[in-house]
Amino acid sequence: MADTETLRKTPLHALHLELGGKMVPFAGYDMAVQYPAGILKEHLHTREKAGLFDVSHMGQAFLSGADPAKALERVTPADVIGLKPGMQRYGLLLNDQGTIKDDFMFTKLEGEADMYLVVNAGTKEGDYAYIAEKLDGTAKVTTRFDRALLALQGPMAGAVLERHSPGIDKLTFMKVVRATIAGCPAIVSRSGYTGEDGFEISIEGRDGERVARALLGEPEVLPIGLGARDSLRLEAGLCLYGHDIDETVTPVEAALVWSIAKRRKLDKDFPAAEKIMDQVFNGTAKKRVGILPTGRAPAREHTEIVDKSGRRIGEITSGGFGPSLNAPVAMGYVESAFAGDGTEIDLMVRGKAMPARVAPMPFVPHRYRRAV
Amino acid sequence: MSEVRYTKEHEWVRVESGEATVGITQYAAEQLGDVVFVELPEAGRKVGAGGEAAVVESVKAASEVYAPVSGEVTASNAALSDDPAKVNADPEGAGWFFKVKLSDAGEVAKLMTRAQYDEFVKGL
Repeated sequence: MADTETLRKTPLHALHLELGGKMVPFAGYDMAVQYPAGILKEHLHTREKAGLFDVSHMGQAFLSGADPAKALERVTPADVIGLKPGMQRYGLLLNDQGTIKDDFMFTKLEGEADMYLVVNAGTKEGDYAYIAEKLDGTAKVTTRFDRALLALQGPMAGAVLERHSPGIDKLTFMKVVRATIAGCPAIVSRSGYTGEDGFEISIEGRDGERVARALLGEPEVLPIGLGARDSLRLEAGLCLYGHDIDETVTPVEAALVWSIAKRRKLDKDFPAAEKIMDQVFNGTAKKRVGILPTGRAPAREHTEIVDKSGRRIGEITSGGFGPSLNAPVAMGYVESAFAGDGTEIDLMVRGKAMPARVAPMPFVPHRYRRAV
Repeated sequence: MSEVRYTKEHEWVRVESGEATVGITQYAAEQLGDVVFVELPEAGRKVGAGGEAAVVESVKAASEVYAPVSGEVTASNAALSDDPAKVNADPEGAGWFFKVKLSDAGEVAKLMTRAQYDEFVKGL
């Protein structure tokens, strides 16, 4: 592993240290896994009030050109062209084999030609090189890894952000605007990675600390580390790239077919479309599912999943303890015959078969601010 | 007065009339963070000094707890199954893990004293 000297720092690094963050290497960055409150309290606080996350390590970029939306459809099966201005959407970045190179968010800002993208931290260099190569001059990628990205998540996020940007609470889920937060120009989306209502706030790196301090100054807000970010997204049933999805699985195996637009399915104009559409109609050998262990023991990543006769049928890809459920939670891949909700399975934890069942996700209901 | 000794793996042992009570230290509890699950050995199980005896899990990860001394497990702290947070609240008291009937009382003397353990932790 990279030593501290070679780790990159986000614009909020000094603030993490000041807040007592326990720093760990993550995706090449020196990041706070937790603060003095601890993962359990940080998790519950986010679901109850509001939490502030530094996600500046993620890969922000702009895509410019004559028709960046059309260009981007070369590498994703999402409906990019049909996205309305002022909206954000989830997409999968596919390689030529139709397996998942990354998952990302793409945005069309009102009145702007360029598209705004956010990809995962660990894959950002490779992703943008791949996108540039595949787009072959039809659109230009301008990375902005120098920008800061904050996430304000939780049921009180709207009330908190409204104090710093009057009118912002009117945004509904997946809407995006340019706004001013604490005097700093920002791109604000009503989205996140916790299953809660909340915002993601992209700002210039030099403004990162100012905006973070303004939000942390609100009584409802606590700083939240990567530990709680992981337990929150797992309870929300959201995939972690490199664990639940990677280049060994297709969107169909990953149960992410909802992210393939109907028009794209009909036109079959995305990478490995024939193979993926064949899987859509004929099924796959394995499938990603939610898993709830019956007992109290968490089943971690790489835990073997077996059927009741002890035959191996899959593996856990994310697993741990869900503080809001006060119980262990997991997701993983199983042979498709075992993918039905309620199917009884066993998890091999420290050599012992622990009973569990396949369960629908999210484990904790999403509480997004949908349009009324 | 009973004697408490410590290991480099951050377990503590309190010996009273041939029986050792084992737990994890305050330092270990702080490093682990919020404990959410503890797997304890059953009474009657033989454990060897340095061998895996229990498992403690935080939100983030699972860690082994080793038996600091050899012997037979006589009891485990059932209260931790319902309330694993006791390990964080009182690691060197109510958060004890299990008790062992010593098979070799001489093993205890090889472990660190409190002063030696404090010095060891300072160097980490």
